[in-house]
Amino acid sequence: MLSPVILIPAILNGLLMGAVYALVALGLTLIYGVLHIINFAHGAMLSAALFAAFFAFRLFGIDPYAAVFLLAPLFFVLGYALQRFVIGPASHGDDRNMLLVTLGIAVVVENILLLAFRGDTRTINVPYAFETINFGFTFLAVPRVVGFAVVFAVALVLWLILSFTDTGRAIRAVAKEKLGAELAGIDVAHVYAVTFGLGSACVAVAACLLIPTYYVNPTVGNAFVLVAFTIVVLGGMGSVPGAVIGALLIGVVESLSGLFLGESLGQIGIFIIFIVVLLVRPSGLFGARA
Amino acid sequence: MRGFIPIVVVVAVLASVPLVIHSNVTLNFLVVALMIALAGQGWNILGGYAGQYSFGHAAFFGTGAYVTAILQVRYGVNAWIGFGAGIVCGAALGGVIGALTFRSGLRGSYFALVTLAFAEVLRIIASVAPITGAGVGTLVHLDLGARAFQFQSRAVFYWIILALVALSLVVARLIKQSRFGAWLIAVRENEDAAKALGVDTSSVKTTAMIISGAMTAAAGCFYAQYFLFVDSGIAYGTWISIEALLTPIIGGVGTVFGPLLGALAVRLLGEGAKLVTGDVPGLDLILYGAVLVLVIWFTPRGLIGGCAQVRGWFARRGRPAVPFINEAGHG
Amino acid sequence: MSDKKKSFDRRQFLATTALGAAAAATGTIAMPSILRAQGGSVKLGVLHPVTGALSYSGQQGRLGATMAIEEINAAGGIKGLGKIDPVLGDAQSTPEGGTAEVEKMNSAGVACIVGGYASNICLATTQAAARYELPYVVDVGVADGIVTRGLKNTFRFGPGFGVISKTALANLSAINDQAGKPAKTVMIVHEDSLFGSGLAKLLNAQLPQQGFQILETIPHPTPTRDFNNVVLKIKAQNPDIVIPANYYNEYVLLARTMQQQQVKPKGIYSVLGGAASSYKFVKEFPDAAKYIMDCNHWFDPRNAKAQALKKQVEGKGQFFTYEVYMNYSCVLLVADALQRAASADRAKLTDALASSTFAGHLMPYGPTKFVNGQNEGAAPVNTQVLDNDIKVILPAAFANAKPVFPMPA
Repeated sequence: MLSPVILIPAILNGLLMGAVYALVALGLTLIYGVLHIINFAHGAMLSAALFAAFFAFRLFGIDPYAAVFLLAPLFFVLGYALQRFVIGPASHGDDRNMLLVTLGIAVVVENILLLAFRGDTRTINVPYAFETINFGFTFLAVPRVVGFAVVFAVALVLWLILSFTDTGRAIRAVAKEKLGAELAGIDVAHVYAVTFGLGSACVAVAACLLIPTYYVNPTVGNAFVLVAFTIVVLGGMGSVPGAVIGALLIGVVESLSGLFLGESLGQIGIFIIFIVVLLVRPSGLFGARA
Repeated sequence: MRGFIPIVVVVAVLASVPLVIHSNVTLNFLVVALMIALAGQGWNILGGYAGQYSFGHAAFFGTGAYVTAILQVRYGVNAWIGFGAGIVCGAALGGVIGALTFRSGLRGSYFALVTLAFAEVLRIIASVAPITGAGVGTLVHLDLGARAFQFQSRAVFYWIILALVALSLVVARLIKQSRFGAWLIAVRENEDAAKALGVDTSSVKTTAMIISGAMTAAAGCFYAQYFLFVDSGIAYGTWISIEALLTPIIGGVGTVFGPLLGALAVRLLGEGAKLVTGDVPGLDLILYGAVLVLVIWFTPRGLIGGCAQVRGWFARRGRPAVPFINEAGHG
Repeated sequence: MSDKKKSFDRRQFLATTALGAAAAATGTIAMPSILRAQGGSVKLGVLHPVTGALSYSGQQGRLGATMAIEEINAAGGIKGLGKIDPVLGDAQSTPEGGTAEVEKMNSAGVACIVGGYASNICLATTQAAARYELPYVVDVGVADGIVTRGLKNTFRFGPGFGVISKTALANLSAINDQAGKPAKTVMIVHEDSLFGSGLAKLLNAQLPQQGFQILETIPHPTPTRDFNNVVLKIKAQNPDIVIPANYYNEYVLLARTMQQQQVKPKGIYSVLGGAASSYKFVKEFPDAAKYIMDCNHWFDPRNAKAQALKKQVEGKGQFFTYEVYMNYSCVLLVADALQRAASADRAKLTDALASSTFAGHLMPYGPTKFVNGQNEGAAPVNTQVLDNDIKVILPAAFANAKPVFPMPA
């Protein structure tokens, strides 16, 4: 098991898997950083985005990588509307209520998907799904490698938005000090909604990158949500670099502990690392002091 | 003493239900609702009173369930003793987790997610460890009789869980009226100020977690005796963590009756949705989720707070508009 | 302050008692939605997890059961008793959900309940039904615990773990022997909950006795997001045979990953494989599915009624999966028992089921014979994906193709 022939591919697999997690966690960390809630509906949104990517391919023949440019804006709008017209008003600005509202939305979305599309597992077959890059002993799946590159691109785009645009500045202001931002004339409800929209757009990108090698059904997003929550908190809530680095770390930890402890027990690695890091650094790797 | 009268009345009314209603459909429904209420009562001590939201109360529920089941199945321990042992283990686990997390200064969402991580760790271990039967789970032998804590009549189960819920209500009321309760509220409202005033916040929170763990573990022990089968998903799955936090928040977080009210309301909602929507798979859950959102929308402080709102609305009629002054939503 | 407290408590107390009373009241009138257009006179409970994680299998199971009921009613119902009135229930993929539905079905006056699907749900539901001596026919749930608790009301139509693993191993040895014993080493990849773990335990005990060497047994959770490491281990240890035992989604991921990593053992021999004998899998992944063998529930391919039902189900746009025809067969079994009992009385029906020798089902079991609730004749069958179709390769009596082993390069 300690042979580099197995160890190195395992680490590479971990990084590639971590990239997938990063895409899911980026949206979540942004939402947390500004709205200060753990979005329970994130998994359901991922499932919905996967269905969207699926149908984009099945009905319109749009390749998933092209679909990114269609679905990201679409989900931005959906996320914006959801926060602006449902979550925001329903929770009256109270964090704990937002928790339950997103929980309720998760149940609704998941079951709408079930009602509309049944529980069948769906997959798409794109020609490059089985293409691999030969890397010594192992083969790296092309879609995963693409995903790895895209994560950094998305993180970069987010960073640019947050640092250099007016909206980005407004987002950062609200994240830091909501009342002050409001007094300075920033429309907080709008900023919340934009943030939620950005988070949803990230999820859409994640879905498009995931679908060539994964499957779609109404509950598929739930498998990623716990890990995403873990990564967001590990990386420091609200930190974009934290989410990326945390995700890659978790991916590698998951892979190695799976290798040494077996796939089932190995899952424990994620949570043990998480607990240990937090006991030592209670606000995460890159988080601001709570 | 006066604070206990509502508890006595509520429990008396609920206790008389099986004497009047013999439908096992209803009794089963109420038993499960009360079990969830008990789990929620536990959560509420930590989350409602002390303000520490936990996403991993399954850790206690599952520990109670497994300890009870394993002691009976593997070691031939009497079911009642197993029940007690389960509660003790839940309390001990609360102490351990509390000591670890609170002394590190974990707060807010970070704390919540760490509790979730603990629950997941336990779930994963339970799914592979031989002592729990690993994936196969632990099946408690069907042995109807008081000695084995299994009863032919659902009414007996009902009275037992009601007794446990009653006990939790009394404990909740006692805490509320005590200095310990005041410390909890202080920690909830402003932990740093409380610390500055000399409250040992870590110990207070850990004690709350011990009590919380014991209550939720009791619900888990009961589950094992009622359904007779425990596996890692049932014991430590996120479903019970969510139910344990959903019911107090819906009912009224930080109140004595909140979890009970919330459990009954949420379960009724589920049944009602099924009734209305028939057999189409998923439709009832859509309705359930939608109503959940609406309930929060219109009663942001839970159902108990909602009653206050309605009262306030009636009181305000005919008077000039006055900003709605929030009563301390924690009765 | 104390007045405020008291009034608040009164509010809480009123709310709670009102709600409690409402709960009790609605409970008594919470009749399940049983008012169907058919207006039958024998009520049959049809219980499946149609929402939640198991929704696909649950819906397939419900489909099979309701198709059987429709067919029976179209032919006039049960002789002497009238049409069957189905009482549908959603177990919501949990034991508590299943138990609540059993209670409702009981109070609706069903004569019998069919279904459950998952072992952990069946364990709870059969027990709940036993309280009322309500006969319960388990459709799939393979855990041995379901029929070893001495519950008189519980009947399992299909095979349990013990029989499945024994048959699987016997057939594996037969296939291996026939091909000149090219295979010696084995790796097991199984899902880590009840069905996978139970099976793996039995396989681990019995495989060495058949002369096979187990290189490694790899459990994985359901769901598993990535199989690259599992496949890495398979590649490194190069077993002759890989034995998967998992649900559809994980099976698909595993097969795809093996294809990607170009891992080709001498044979993939799954036991209760989630996708190995699934028309859906064969249709969507013809390359990954080629030559995969499975020891699983399967219908009797020579049975004309089964072939007809297959066409009907595919005509509805669904795949002909095992949940469909097993539930279909269970309903036919119950109908036959009802007819022989000439009554919907539960005790009489239980006796009729216990003494049943029903041969009108679609499975390769022969006439039913229940011993302690288990249908003795029930056994799995070996299939292999050949020519983009699923063929039965063993036992010879039902086979319509010869096994191809080892897998051609």
